Amino acid sequence: MKGLTITITVLLGSAFFGYLFAFIAGLCRLSSNIFLRKFTGFYVEVFRGTSLIVQLFWLYYAIPMLFGIELGSNWWAGVIAIALNYGAYMSEIVRGSILAVAKGQTEAATALNMSRFQRMRLVIFPQAVRMMLPEFGNYLIQMLKATSLVSLIGMTDILYYGDIIRSSNLSQAPTVYILVLFFYFILALPLIFLTRKLEGISKKGVAN
Amino acid sequence: MSNWSWEVFAEAFPIVLEGLGITLGLTIACYLFALIFGFFWTFLRRIPFKPINWIVTWVMEFIRSTPPLVQLFFIYYAWPMVPVVGVTLDPFTSAILGLGIHFSTYIGEVYRSGIDGVDKGQWEAAKSLNFSTKQKWTKIILPQAIPPTIPMLGNYLIIMFKEVPLASTIGVAGILHMANSYGAQYWTYLEPLTIVAILFLIMSYPSAILINKLEKKMNRRFDKKEALNSSKGATA
Repeated sequence: MKGLTITITVLLGSAFFGYLFAFIAGLCRLSSNIFLRKFTGFYVEVFRGTSLIVQLFWLYYAIPMLFGIELGSNWWAGVIAIALNYGAYMSEIVRGSILAVAKGQTEAATALNMSRFQRMRLVIFPQAVRMMLPEFGNYLIQMLKATSLVSLIGMTDILYYGDIIRSSNLSQAPTVYILVLFFYFILALPLIFLTRKLEGISKKGVAN
Repeated sequence: MSNWSWEVFAEAFPIVLEGLGITLGLTIACYLFALIFGFFWTFLRRIPFKPINWIVTWVMEFIRSTPPLVQLFFIYYAWPMVPVVGVTLDPFTSAILGLGIHFSTYIGEVYRSGIDGVDKGQWEAAKSLNFSTKQKWTKIILPQAIPPTIPMLGNYLIIMFKEVPLASTIGVAGILHMANSYGAQYWTYLEPLTIVAILFLIMSYPSAILINKLEKKMNRRFDKKEALNSSKGATA
């Protein structure tokens, strides 16, 4: 099962960029600049409104045709598709958590004569991040599941090797796919425990 | 934008649109299957016997944390090879089973949250009125547990609609499959895939807004009830 490394690198890549996009888009949607707000709103709606598999194919087949640019490799196409898709979903969480920080906190920070940037960095953000953690853990598991799609654009991940073994020996199909499922499950297990732990962290020391 | 051609767009559009009926049909079939099968999970988890409870929880966790695509492949390619119980399924049925089972675990959790949300007093009331188990569930618990979950269930309908194109990989001729085969035939993926993206957007965006509205309405309704209750408590 050589595909394991591909699956893991795609997961790490898309998780990194996904969180990055989520924070950028989430903060942009709260910006006072109407152009920025509308633009990121459009991005979020488009990527949440269409399905990941369509976006993946679109990035892989259509973008090079449309603009004549290559994304480098199918690794990048896969990572960017997953990151853009889940970044859009998670930006809503970022936005929601920041809005959920009590208004008194903003007022207190203003009263302490903090600048806008200080207010966000020192007061609002640390409180919002802890609210985001459990959901981010959940989305990490979702992203792991999404990485299985990259085999459709020709990447040699776990599922791809599973398919190859199946096509060379049809009667082995049940064993092969059960093995593949268990591989994904073993990868997901630490993430499941991580999510539970994050839930504990975000609940700790918070009233109600 | 040099490679964009409206002629291809116009030519591919009716072909891709042919798949729409299948995509929608499959979505609804999967959804109904998941709605019914979700109950199965919910009630299995309520069995007050620890080992069964533990096993069911982990089976659900397993189904939820592994990719639906692999599950689909398993049902379509591997199930016929399984000794004794294996039967060959056509792509459409495999897709219903694969996606339906995957999402039924989520739907089961939604039901559970609804049932947990029913006030404890209601259970006690059912008991003190000497209701049978069946009466208790059909007359008291479920009518109160399900309506608050309707927005969540609606959300899952949209999510499933977006997952259904996975079925194109096992040959269900939905819109994505149509677009891909058109692309393979004429070597222009750009226009057909864009059509697919637009179709998805057209259908899922308004339904997302609708669900949002429904959610707000439900929230208001249930909040109001709660507010009424608490004010009653205060005066009594």
